[in-house]
Amino acid sequence: MAVCIAVIAKENYPLYIRSTPTENELKFHYMVHTSLDVVDEKISAMGKALVDQRELYLGLLYPTEDYKLCRYGYVTNSKVKFVMVVDSSNTALRDNEIRSMFRKLHNSYTDVMCNPFYNPGDRIQSRAFDNMVTSMMIQVC
Amino acid sequence: MEGLTLSDAEQKYYSDLFSYCDIESTKKVVVNGRVLELFRAAQLPNDVVLQIMELCGATRLGYFGRSQFYIALKLVAVAQSGFPLRVESINTVKDLPLPRFVASKNEQESRHAASYSSDSENQGSYSGVIPPPPGRGQVKKGSVSHDTVQPRTSADAQEPASPVVSPQQSPPTSPHTWRKHSRHPSGGNSERPLAGPGPFWSPFGEAQSGSSAGDAVWSGHSPPPPQENWVSFADTPPTSTLLTMHPASVQDQTTVRTVASATTAIEIRRQSSSYDDPWKITDEQRQYYVNQFKTIQPDLNGFIPGSAAKEFFTKSKLPILELSHIWELSDFDKDGALTLDEFCAAFHLVVARKNGYDLPEKLPESLMPKLIDLEDSADVGDQPGEVGYSGSPAEAPPSKSPSMPSLNQTWPELNQSSEQWETFSERSSSSQTLTQFDSNIAPADPDTAIVHPVPIRMTPSKIHMQEMELKRTGSDHTNPTSPLLVKPSDLLEENKINSSVKFASGNTVEQIGSNVTRQRSHSGTSPDNTAPPPPPPRPQPSHSRSSSLDMNRTFTVTTGQQQAGVVAHPPAVPPRPQPSQAPGPAVHRPVDADGLITHTSTSPQQIPEQPNFADFSQFEVFAASNVNDEQDDEAEKHPEVLPAEKASDPASSLRVAKTDSKTEEKTAASAPANVSKGTTPLAPPPKPVRRRLKSEDELRPEVDEHTQKTGVLAAVLASQPSIPRSVGKDKKAIQASIRRNKETNTVLARLNSELQQQLKDVLEERISLEVQLEQLRPFSHL
Repeated sequence: MAVCIAVIAKENYPLYIRSTPTENELKFHYMVHTSLDVVDEKISAMGKALVDQRELYLGLLYPTEDYKLCRYGYVTNSKVKFVMVVDSSNTALRDNEIRSMFRKLHNSYTDVMCNPFYNPGDRIQSRAFDNMVTSMMIQVC
Repeated sequence: MEGLTLSDAEQKYYSDLFSYCDIESTKKVVVNGRVLELFRAAQLPNDVVLQIMELCGATRLGYFGRSQFYIALKLVAVAQSGFPLRVESINTVKDLPLPRFVASKNEQESRHAASYSSDSENQGSYSGVIPPPPGRGQVKKGSVSHDTVQPRTSADAQEPASPVVSPQQSPPTSPHTWRKHSRHPSGGNSERPLAGPGPFWSPFGEAQSGSSAGDAVWSGHSPPPPQENWVSFADTPPTSTLLTMHPASVQDQTTVRTVASATTAIEIRRQSSSYDDPWKITDEQRQYYVNQFKTIQPDLNGFIPGSAAKEFFTKSKLPILELSHIWELSDFDKDGALTLDEFCAAFHLVVARKNGYDLPEKLPESLMPKLIDLEDSADVGDQPGEVGYSGSPAEAPPSKSPSMPSLNQTWPELNQSSEQWETFSERSSSSQTLTQFDSNIAPADPDTAIVHPVPIRMTPSKIHMQEMELKRTGSDHTNPTSPLLVKPSDLLEENKINSSVKFASGNTVEQIGSNVTRQRSHSGTSPDNTAPPPPPPRPQPSHSRSSSLDMNRTFTVTTGQQQAGVVAHPPAVPPRPQPSQAPGPAVHRPVDADGLITHTSTSPQQIPEQPNFADFSQFEVFAASNVNDEQDDEAEKHPEVLPAEKASDPASSLRVAKTDSKTEEKTAASAPANVSKGTTPLAPPPKPVRRRLKSEDELRPEVDEHTQKTGVLAAVLASQPSIPRSVGKDKKAIQASIRRNKETNTVLARLNSELQQQLKDVLEERISLEVQLEQLRPFSHL
């Protein structure tokens, strides 16, 4: 269950961040922020491959008392990072699902990019993107 | 909100009003601004209006759906009649006069300018004088004319009243025709799309005058309902917002105008037959869009790059966010460029947005590239028929929309998510084919909740089961469906059950035969049962011969097992009706009767052969003849055993379990079979015993009946291993038991022979000893 989805630009500022539980948003933001370091670390570690298409960072980085929050990372070729916080209480092993979710995210992001009215670097305000993210967050729940 | 019952007049009136307010042509939601205007025109105090809105639920919903609108209208009538406003009053107050809406021309104009800003509206407010409608029909006529005027007015956007006059004459006729065509609100609403380009054109052409012209026209033919001044709906000239759009499109307007006038009738006809499609692009609009497209991209089949489109649409002065959304909606293939269809869709969306329509969340079907035909002419018939309802306004009102919305909702998603965009962007095929393609795709999409029946073979008939068994035995049972996969186990169960049942039946041969057949059919798991169900037990050994070739094979196989003259060792005769054989063996070999009987008791097939056991030669005969009948015999024996032995179930199960060891059983069975036709089944001894006890009596008649069985038994035993699985588990079990019995028989026979040999030796010794004694005796005498 994706509780939080964030799109981070290359400069590590958020382009889009959304969480399902309206409360604890700040906590999710913080978690995403901390995970950025890990993502950067992984990116730099990947010397041979230019860019790791799908970087799956499964980490109980922050197992709270309620649920284990697994942060997954995904980096595009343009160093745009997708971070997803997933509540792994129901399904622990859903690597493929995570990958598909990231793929969808990536596709929607490219669609947003294709919009000439969208200036790269702006916050993503596309309704279609929102809908897609919402559907992901709801469906997985 | 409770149900609202409207009279015919009310229904018509309300629908017309709804169409009027439904400037977005959504058929579901009316623009709040328009509705407010209307209510203001009702000359009701503001608080009453607010109350009405609350009662009808619009405030709750945030918008005016059709139902809400109707209820509001009714409440307006209630209020105007002086009745207290209550929810119940909408239905309780009878014979309400139609709500009256009065508004001055200026007021209308201002209202329209504020909310609708369409030329057509201006027409209505032009003169403020509306010829009294002949009747209810006028209402529609008014709406019709109102709408029909729109394109005309848009056409005349820039011209003064003179051009307006000309169209003015036509409307009186067209509304009539229209009325004939569309007697339902949608007729009025269908014209809504015109309203879009109407006001849009005026801004594009910066033609304020057009609106006034429109007013003139409008006034010429806007018959209000009996008590209503339709004029109130007339709108003011378009606002300046639209004017700023494209100053350079004056010429286009002219073109559009001519086109519009020419196609007015066509549009009317078309629109009258169209569904409630607020997003439909009319021909005039489309022509206008095409012209605009040409200014940017001369090649109609080419693309407009994103940057150029961005500039173009930025001129509309819409917020970037909305433009971005419009782009998302219209760029169907997400290629960053706009084809003609995409461009028209985007343009249309911009027009709508300028008119105050909210942008839909998903691209309406009518705006989808595939639905927009390159040829305008083709649009006429296609558009109406293509989509029952396409618009999916952002509000997504719940009211009566055609059943397509869900499909429309999913369709855009599917399209955008699928990789088939090139098909749409081609726009090469006619809209007809595109529509078909769409329809083909839509149903095929799994998201549309169309359930494709999944063929699942349910419980098959016996034949199927046999086939399954055959398949299962023959191949590795790649059963297509799970039920089939489950079948084997079921069959096994069934076989056992059947066998038990059969055992319990203890019926005639026929029954046994039928049982056998059934067994065979069920014994899918029987490794040896591959042939079709054998015929019922044949009284003649010769019959059995024709059963299958396996008999021969088994016969040859079992030949080796032959011992003590036992020819065709019956294939592992199931420990079943050995009783029949038991008597035989018992007769001949009481010594071995017990063991053999047990054997026989469990090998039903041996029972029939019992009589033949007595005659080893017969065995041979039977063996030879029963080779073919082995399978049958088994089958037959199975049933025989079944009826004879209830408890043979475990035996059969054992037999089944011992399928592999059938040969051994055969050997063993053959021996006992040879010895005592009823090769005592290796299966549970008690049964055999019991069987012997009772089977002897029971099986005797069976024995007689199954005289052939002996041979059959041998054959069966011989063919045990090769018995088709289809025979059934019982058969397998029987065969196994037969085999066991044969083996036992063999062993016993060997033992017997050895013992006899020993006996002989002993006798010889004795004789020799006696001789010696006698030889010595004389000496004793001495």
